[in-house]
This record gives sequence, C-alpha cells and structure tokens, in this order.
Amino acid sequence: MSGAADLKKEPAGSERTGTPLLELRDLRVYYGAIEALKGINVKVYEGEVVALLGANGAGKSTTLRAASGMLAPREGQVLLHGERVDGIKSHDLVRFGIGHVPEGRRVFPRMTVKENLEMGAYRFKSPDREEMDRVYTLFPRLKERRTQLGGTLSGGEQQMLAIGRALMGKPELLLLDEPSMGLAPLIVRQIFDILKEINEQGTTVLLVEQNASQALQLADRGYVLETGEVAMADEASSLLADPRVRAAYLGEGA
Amino acid sequence: MSNQTMNAQAAKRLRQVRWYQEPRWQRLGGLLALALLLAMVTGVQGTNSDPFYAIKENLTGVGLWVYVGIALLIWVAREFFSEPVKQAGATAKQAKGTLVDGPLGQIKQLLAGQPRLRWALMAAVAALAVWGPMGLDRYWQTVLVDQVMIFVLVAIGLNVVIGWAGMLDLGFIAFFAIGAYSAAYWTGALPVAPPIELNNFAVIPLAVITCLVAGLLLGAPTLRLRGDYLAIVTLGFHEIVYLTAKNLNDVTGGTSGVKVDRWEIGGYEFRIVDQMPFYWVLLAFAAITVFLFVRLEHSKVGRAWTAVREDEIAAASTGVDTVRYKLMAFAIGASTSGLAGVAYASKVGYINSENFVILLSILVLAYVIFGGMGSLPGVIFGAAFLVWLPEFLRDYVDPKDRHMYLGALLVIMMIYRPQGVIPSKRRQRELKMAETGSAEAEAEATGTGGKHS
Repeated sequence: MSGAADLKKEPAGSERTGTPLLELRDLRVYYGAIEALKGINVKVYEGEVVALLGANGAGKSTTLRAASGMLAPREGQVLLHGERVDGIKSHDLVRFGIGHVPEGRRVFPRMTVKENLEMGAYRFKSPDREEMDRVYTLFPRLKERRTQLGGTLSGGEQQMLAIGRALMGKPELLLLDEPSMGLAPLIVRQIFDILKEINEQGTTVLLVEQNASQALQLADRGYVLETGEVAMADEASSLLADPRVRAAYLGEGA
Repeated sequence: MSNQTMNAQAAKRLRQVRWYQEPRWQRLGGLLALALLLAMVTGVQGTNSDPFYAIKENLTGVGLWVYVGIALLIWVAREFFSEPVKQAGATAKQAKGTLVDGPLGQIKQLLAGQPRLRWALMAAVAALAVWGPMGLDRYWQTVLVDQVMIFVLVAIGLNVVIGWAGMLDLGFIAFFAIGAYSAAYWTGALPVAPPIELNNFAVIPLAVITCLVAGLLLGAPTLRLRGDYLAIVTLGFHEIVYLTAKNLNDVTGGTSGVKVDRWEIGGYEFRIVDQMPFYWVLLAFAAITVFLFVRLEHSKVGRAWTAVREDEIAAASTGVDTVRYKLMAFAIGASTSGLAGVAYASKVGYINSENFVILLSILVLAYVIFGGMGSLPGVIFGAAFLVWLPEFLRDYVDPKDRHMYLGALLVIMMIYRPQGVIPSKRRQRELKMAETGSAEAEAEATGTGGKHS
C-alpha cells in the first residue's frame, strides 16, 4: 500500500487529550525470527471503543496478546494510565482492571454458567452479586442457562458467557479478541449491541475484529493493521467511508 | 444419472442390517463368549509343559456345557420373557426417582434429614476405622498397614495432581521412593552417613520438604507440557529415580537394599509383632491429609485448580496464576507421596530399589481412576479396594492369575463406569445433566459451586 504512510496520523479530536487509558508504544514482537509486530502505536482513551482491523496474519491478535500480557514484547512499551505494564503476566494484569476475552471464547466447559461467572470474579474475595445481576441483565440468555454447563452452550452463548465472565472482574478496559468468530450475523449483531451497552455503562473497549463493518459501526476509532504495522488510523466513520478500507475489508469491488 | 443409481445402491447396501447384526443375536454372541470365558477361567489350569492343556480339557469338559446352558437360558429369558421384568424395573425406577446417583446417593438422601443419625453413623465409622482392624488376623493386618494404608496415602496425593489440577503423572512412585530413601538416609540406614542421625518421626518434615523440592524440580521444566507429553516426562522422571536407586549401590544399597530402623518415639519402639500402632500412625497421617485436602479443595486454591484443569488460557484470563497453581499441585502431591514413602520405610524396615518399579506408578494411577478422579472418597476406596482385591483372590484363583482379574476388572470399569466408583460431584452432575437436560441440577449447582455464597 503505497499511500498508507500519509494516513498514519494520530486521531483528530480535541477531547482525546491527556494520558490514554492504554497506550501501546512502538511495540515489536517476534515469533522466532519472524517479526510479527514492527512497531505498533495504539492509544485507547477512557470511554472509547477502539477497533483493530486487518486481514489474517496482520498482527491484530498479537497486538492484543501483548496488551493483555499473554506475551511479552521484545521492544516497545505497554502503558496503562501512563505506567508501564509490559512484562506483567496476564493473570496479574487482571488486577489492574484489564478484562480479557480470549480468542475462541474459551469458557470453562465443565463448569456451569454461574460457576463460569463466579470464576470471572476470582480476583475478588467473593463474586459481587450486583455485578452478576448486571451481567444477567445484559445477557438474559445466560440467566436462563445459569445451571447449564459451559461446554453445552451454543457458540453465541459461549461468547456471551466469555464476555460476562470478563465483566465479573469489574474491568476498566475490556479486551476482546474476535468476538464475532464463527457466529451467525444475527448473533454477531446482538453481541455488538451488548458491547455498545457495556461501553455506555462506562467500560472502555479495545477489540480485534475481522468483521470490519460491524466493528467500525460500534467503534469510535479504528486502526487498520497490515503485516505488523499500522496502515491507517482514524475515526471509525472516516474509515468506514474510506474507499480503500471499503475495498479491502468490506468486500466492495474497487 | 448412472452415478446416482450407484449411490442409491451403495446406500441400500450400507443400510442393510444382516441377521447377525441384530441386537438380539449380538447379545447371544456376547453371552456365549462370556460362557466360554467363564468355563476357561474356572476350569482346569494349564501347565508350562503343555500350555494348551487347559483349552483342550475345558472345551471338551462338562463345565462348558453348563455355562453355555445357563447363557442360553438367560438369553431366552431376556429375549422372550423380558417385558414384565422391564415393566417392573421401570416402575421401581420411577418410584426411586430417576437421578443418576453414586452408590452413596441413596444413603445420603436417607441421612439428609437426620443430622443426629448422621453424626452417630460417622462416629461409628470412625470407631470402626480406629479399632476395627484389631479383629483382623495378622496377615490381613499386615496387608492393611503395609499396602492398603500406604497406597491410600499415595493415591490421595496423586489425586491432587491428576484429579484436581488435571496433570497426568505416570511417575508418581518416584516421590514415594525419594521419601523412603530420605527416611533411610536421615536415620543412618544408607551406606552414606547423614550429618546428624534423626528419629523416624523427625525425618518426616525433611522428607516432605525434599519431595516438595523434587516436585518443583519436575514441575518447573514441564509446565508447558500437558497430557501425553507430560505423561512421558513423568515416566522418564520415574525411571531416572528408579535407576539411580538401583545402580548407585554405594549410596542407596541398590537391589540388595538397606535395613531401616522402625519407628520409635520417646523410648517406645514400634515392633512388628503388633501391627496396630503402625496402623494408627498411618491412620492419623491419612486423616490429617484428608482433612487438609478437603479444606484445600473448597478453597480458592481448589477453584484455581479446577479452572486450570478445564482451560489454562481461560484460567489466566480470569486472574489465576496458572504456573503457581500447577507447581503447587505438583509439590503438594509429591510431598504426600513422600510422606507415604517415609511411612513405608519405617514400617517394613527394609527398602530396595525393586520396591519402586514403574508398575507401581501405573497401578496408583489405576487406583485413582478406578475410584473416581477428583473425589477423595473415591480415590481412598479405589486404592483400598484394588490393593485388597489381589490379596483376597490369592485364596480363590491361581495366584499367578490375580493381576489378570485385576486387569479385567479395570477394563470392565472403564467401559461401563469410566467416571469411577465414587465419582466427584462435578462428574456426577455432568452425567445428571446429560440425562435430564439442566433444570434438575439447580440444587447441585448452588451446592457445589457457590462455596462463597
């Protein structure tokens, strides 16, 4: 992409000043000799929904894994409220208010829905009943199925459970890795509606998505990753309107 | 066109059920095979000089026909007169409630409303556990102490690793060996002298710590491994420990072994003439371990283990330090096994490398799976029963065949009751849900999951 360089600007908008909630600064990650991330810069401000887009192998998931502490970047920094947190393991990052919904949902298959949610509050002495009620209100389906085993839920329900479980940890920032993966369009829309609601209730969201149109409709801002680099960064609405994005990620013929 | 007709023909052929594929004839075949097997097993034994003697004799003997006759009778009854029986069974089942309960389920139900009866029963069981074995003869007392109690302790330890943390360990007896040799070393029984000689009881903390460290040493490099890969590594670990014990003659005494002093406390010497003091010590060990482990199971640690067992990435994403809890499981399991090792050396009074062969590691695993992985009553029962069984069979079958029966029992169990004799609550609930959908499990779900509610 020849014209990508001039699009690498910081997002406009004066309301996004000050310290970002999460900042990825010049992040470099290697898998063996392969450079998976070649210096990624991402900022997520409080109250935002930010989407990381890109094709397979662009480095979206790797970026999220570095942010959630599941892998340590070789170079670069992960900053939470301006404090460095890279190198901190994912289970400890949970205590700093980062909720992580891993790729492929990963509910506990032999725990009931309720136990899965309780497990989400592992960092607390005991699960917060009000928080659980909130999750049940967001996902009435989970309440109906609370005694069912996680492994017996449908794909969409498992995704809801994974999100609900992350919410039980009362995160400030919710990281989601491909929440739409393998789900029917109708279910995807439902889940994105709920994510919007979660965001409106005060949780900042950073999500990685293949489904660019859904993600950009939800997000305030978006980053488009290409082969380990940020190719574009802009307001979600501008990205949605951008002909190159439309051609490459929204399936419109150029 | 022609392709389609061919497909139709193929489908027809594949759907065709031949007479011998019908369930009733298959049942007949199964029963006849069983009859043949029973005739072989209960008939005359073969000899080394003529290995086919038994087959010849038993195939022509009367026994076979008796068994075949019985098999045919059962088959006829099952196929042609089974309706009333089935009906009676169905009504009985309905009256009982259709839930899949463990063998203890009904007793539990009966006792649920009567706390006093429950306490009385528990006291009676405890009293029986403490004084009951006095009524046994010496042989069974020895079996009880030297084997049953020791392996119950080892199985309780292995249950932490495999049943709770979900890590397959095929070399668990290695820690048992390390415990036993620690006891031998610190009591001055080995060819190498310790810095200070200690009493057998004082050795316990040292041996437990040694095994804990050994558990961490095995655990740390294998943290990334799971399932089959971990199993192979633990197998290798066992072999390292075993071969060291066997070949490092100057330190361990090798295959010829070393004599270890028996327990002694405050001038009181435990003597082999009376098994009971040994038994009480082991019972105390087991009781303390069980008490601690029950607490652990229902604590945050237990929940973390469950999470790690189910899905490590999910566990990490909810804030569980997976590395720490896996190492902890290894260390706790290893120290329990080590404690059993100390007890074994201090009871039997003699150890050699052949006490710690790989077969034992496999057998302990079988005890845990047979009893019910993850369930403390299950693994205690599994170990006790499977250790007792070969001893019991000694009087009834050719002693050389005993392990064959043990093997057959394990095969049958794994086919018909893979969850074990007394499965853990979680496993029970899974079965219940599989059968009834979900709603009925509500009570259970709040009962087991919501420890903190």
